[in-house]
Amino acid sequence: MSETINTLDAAIAAPPAGAPPQLDEQDYLWTLNFGPQHPATHTTLRLVLKLDGERVVDAIPDIGYLHSGFEKLGEHLDYNQYVTITDRMNYISPMANNVAWHGAVEKLLGLELTPRAKYLRVIVSELARISDHLLCNGAVGLDLGAFTFFLYAFNQREAIYDIFETVCGARFTNSYTRVGGLMHDATPLFVEKVRAFLRAFPKTLDDMDRLLNRNRIFMDRVKGVGILTKEEANGRSCTGPIARASGVTRDLRKDEPYLAYRDFDFNVCCATAGDCLARYLVRMAEMRESLKIVTQAIENLPSGPVNVGIDQRTALPQKRQVYSTIEGLISHFELVMSNRGFEVPHEETYAAIESPNGELGFYIVGDGNDTAYRARCRPPSYIHFAVFPHLIRGHTLSDVVAVLGSLNIIAAELDR
Amino acid sequence: MAIELPENVVVSKLDELASWCRKNSLWPMPFATACCGIELMATGASRHDLARFGAEVFRFSPRQCDLMIVAGRVVMKMLPVLQRIWQQMLEPKWCISMGACASTGGVFDTYCVVQGIDRFIPVDMYVPGCPPRPEQLIQAIIDLQDKIQREGTITGREFGLAARQQTKRALVELPIISGAPVLSSITR
Amino acid sequence: MPATNETLTALEAVLQGLETSEFRGDTRATVPRESLAEVLRLLRDRRGFDLLVDVTCVDYLNYRDARDRFGLVYLLANTTTNERITLRVYVGESDPTIPSAVPLWEGANWLEREVYDMFGIVFEGHPDLRRILLPDEFTAFPLRKDYPLQGRGERHNFPVLRREEG
Repeated sequence: MSETINTLDAAIAAPPAGAPPQLDEQDYLWTLNFGPQHPATHTTLRLVLKLDGERVVDAIPDIGYLHSGFEKLGEHLDYNQYVTITDRMNYISPMANNVAWHGAVEKLLGLELTPRAKYLRVIVSELARISDHLLCNGAVGLDLGAFTFFLYAFNQREAIYDIFETVCGARFTNSYTRVGGLMHDATPLFVEKVRAFLRAFPKTLDDMDRLLNRNRIFMDRVKGVGILTKEEANGRSCTGPIARASGVTRDLRKDEPYLAYRDFDFNVCCATAGDCLARYLVRMAEMRESLKIVTQAIENLPSGPVNVGIDQRTALPQKRQVYSTIEGLISHFELVMSNRGFEVPHEETYAAIESPNGELGFYIVGDGNDTAYRARCRPPSYIHFAVFPHLIRGHTLSDVVAVLGSLNIIAAELDR
Repeated sequence: MAIELPENVVVSKLDELASWCRKNSLWPMPFATACCGIELMATGASRHDLARFGAEVFRFSPRQCDLMIVAGRVVMKMLPVLQRIWQQMLEPKWCISMGACASTGGVFDTYCVVQGIDRFIPVDMYVPGCPPRPEQLIQAIIDLQDKIQREGTITGREFGLAARQQTKRALVELPIISGAPVLSSITR
Repeated sequence: MPATNETLTALEAVLQGLETSEFRGDTRATVPRESLAEVLRLLRDRRGFDLLVDVTCVDYLNYRDARDRFGLVYLLANTTTNERITLRVYVGESDPTIPSAVPLWEGANWLEREVYDMFGIVFEGHPDLRRILLPDEFTAFPLRKDYPLQGRGERHNFPVLRREEG
């Protein structure tokens, strides 16, 4: 009898290597379905959580609830049309997506933008960064119970919407860039509104800092939660604020300066803790750096055309040229007629920008005509959400929303 | 027989009273999937302030809501969820399809996007725009309130509920024919 | 920043007759499928390419000068020196399999699942190769060029709820 017990004990102590966990070992675990329609998922994603009491043992993400075939559409719309689709990819900061898409197209074409277009693109993408971080941090606050913080943040987003509306006519699906330039030149009203925003925004930012940075409840809920180390951040392909909160210093604006970022004086904001608090603080600090960049850019805005000239045959000519010169008229019709457009090389290229969420790149395969053969987007949200189960294991159920909020998952970019 | 009413008494139909109550306390369920969801948030936030029209009590549980706002495209994987949430909402309930994607599929004429949610669930109000401005959504809610006031009834006749209850009752009354004891109060 | 000569020399040491090309500052190298795992390990361990930026695939059906049906693309970056390199691997339609990069980079997990979901490329050694974006019961691979943009009617295949049914 005792012998039997001994062998049983031995069997329990040392299960055969590689065997799946016994059913009764996991019997006591709860399964909780989180989403796809849940306020803290902000949009649509689903998590199946395995809980031991209140503790999360495992999280199994289930995504694709917003998969809309962006990349397939990219093979059917031409290089200028597809910018409307990129707006809807990361809808918190559409301007950054526009800049990323046309940056990649222009790299494929080998186009060099005019200085004014570069500066304007920098201004709008930095404003997009501010509006993204406002919503992301605001949502972290909202999910953790700080509703006032969210309203402060959203009010400033409305100011940025106003600026975008002035410059391109749409509040937040902007489609502002075009191959070789921009849809419109910025007006003096735009400059005036940006200056007013630059004056007003630091005050709100200070208010936001004061609201949360010494708030005991908020601090307790984000400090030490969801820690990502530097090695893990690199090994799991994290970029952007999430990697920088873990001590990675990579920022494409500094490391591979695109557009006009070489001209500006700004710092890369990093932290080493790698928890939700660090990610929150990095985002808050980045907004201040973005303000610095916008200030420098708007005060040194070069004059001149925003589109490359008609001899490049990519950007639409100005109306004055269309009405008064034959070259302008021909160029205009060539570009707007279907199946004419411009010619792209029979090549493949990848170009990325530092979007508010991380490295946002497009891998474009050109096959000679005016639509891409393949338009692959490198989505930061997708890669960051893959990290989520790793971050949440061992934390409590209430930390799920804190970690989700700090990763800033945008479902449309997640699923495309 | 004429009854003399005091001046501070208003006489109305019960239907109108019920509709008046319903229209001024819409509790929306934000089924926000994509970009329009951000405009939905903007509608509720401080500048546009949906609370002025009595529809600001966003509830994320379908069982507490009577107005579903579908904001954003609905794809193959999401549609069963949408239908299930619609079924979980209690009568009377209404649905606003916000934005081009929810109404028609919008720019996403692709293999996985449902080309208009009205193919699969009933929709009362369509809001055009990609995405609609918050003002447009507010206008849609005001229009829906008008519609409720105009057409609403206590019995739910405008939803075809009366017909449904008729059929239900017929089913319940079957045992009476076969000689089972008469149920006195089967009416709902 | 394009890959340095040292990186290319190190690659040539393991792969005789390595095909490299450069286009607008991107260094591209074509790697045969058999030596992909070895090349990735070499780049990560010896040359410091610690960031797997992206894994994706291109369907070269009807593409001019196509070498094979599918071309897998691995984008690598070195976060210290900011070098970047693009690796391309061609696989045929009859045997679309390739070794997985998950043992080297944890981040390859979902990227490879997406490629499987969209193109049907099978990654050998992947811990959890399931569909990720599309429903499990979906049978086609939508980013293949022979799949139509509007699909084959999958999006209309649902029951209809009417008002009377509640």
